[in-house]
Amino acid sequence: MAAEGGWVWLYGVAGGDLGAFADGVAGVGGAPLRTITAARLTAIVGDVGDREYGEAALRRNLEDLDWLARTARAHHAVLEAVAERGPVVPMRLATLFASDAGVTGTLQERAEDFREALSLISARSEWGVKAYAVKPSDPAGESGHQVAGREDQATGPGAAYLQRRRAQLTASKDARQEALASARAVYAELGRFAVSSRLYPPQAPDLAGQQTPMVLNAAYLVADERAGEFEAAMADLTARHRFVQLTLTGPWPAYSFVGESDGPGPR
Amino acid sequence: MAQGSLATGASTGLRPGPSSGPQPTNLGDILERVLDKGIVIAGDIRINLLDIELLTIKLRLVIASLDTASQVGINWWQSDPWLRADAANGSGNRVLEEENRQLRSRVEALEARSRDGG
Repeated sequence: MAAEGGWVWLYGVAGGDLGAFADGVAGVGGAPLRTITAARLTAIVGDVGDREYGEAALRRNLEDLDWLARTARAHHAVLEAVAERGPVVPMRLATLFASDAGVTGTLQERAEDFREALSLISARSEWGVKAYAVKPSDPAGESGHQVAGREDQATGPGAAYLQRRRAQLTASKDARQEALASARAVYAELGRFAVSSRLYPPQAPDLAGQQTPMVLNAAYLVADERAGEFEAAMADLTARHRFVQLTLTGPWPAYSFVGESDGPGPR
Repeated sequence: MAQGSLATGASTGLRPGPSSGPQPTNLGDILERVLDKGIVIAGDIRINLLDIELLTIKLRLVIASLDTASQVGINWWQSDPWLRADAANGSGNRVLEEENRQLRSRVEALEARSRDGG
């Protein structure tokens, strides 16, 4: 039962008994984890205080990037630890109940949805694939230098600038077209090894920690028995597509494949 | 943006990527999943994460809204200063600015000389 003035934070729902799980993993707010069972489902929960996680505090804290980052990582760490033991349906961040009874009620009411989701993700994992455009090493290229050398002759700095700029634009346009074409090809090709796939918007470079633009941000639900093939396909695509750099993340808890494909309201 | 210690949770289960080895769990990857995906249950606190401002996040995370593979990157490229036709080539702009600056200083020098002479 949640302590007075507190809330029950719901991380996710698994089927059956989890046994010992997530040893040493602290939940959101450092709270220990516990389970609530109903309808042959197991909810993974933790108790959090009203001062930091009550409605008013949440509204404020969710706007605080550091708080949000810390909380999102804690929520994710719990789900990841549970996912190592078996399929778990992740809840969206900040799914909170006033008491255990609310969680029990939800397990009972939504039992069919949870079971459907669990069967979809059972023995499957989510993998993240990103493609970054490879920046041309020197946008101006050789022609830039040749043009620069002629600057003081007949053409003059203005015409030289225009020529240089044209060369840059052509190089950039080619790189962009190649990177986009590669992104589409990679996305389609990898889909052959997956049960399902989702596209995310490309991330901003500072958030992604990369200097080059992201042109593909996809998630795939892959049967565990085909993970090897999926990785081999990644290696093959990496070798074939020189205008993009590919990265693979995962396995993730199946966040991207459990909800309705379109959430409430527009993105 | 710090990669907290919790990030290691992901790398333990991470099989080496074929291109560049294990990637540390990127905050953006986590946020786009925990804020926008996962089953939505109406808990006792009704906060629609998509309604809330989350300004910092939206600005930094959501660059473009993409629905189909055919749109991959289109909006992204349009707003990207690196390759955008009119903005990019910041190097071109810099060349012009430099040229401008040099011309202005020459005009100033000439004006100063003519004042001194006259």
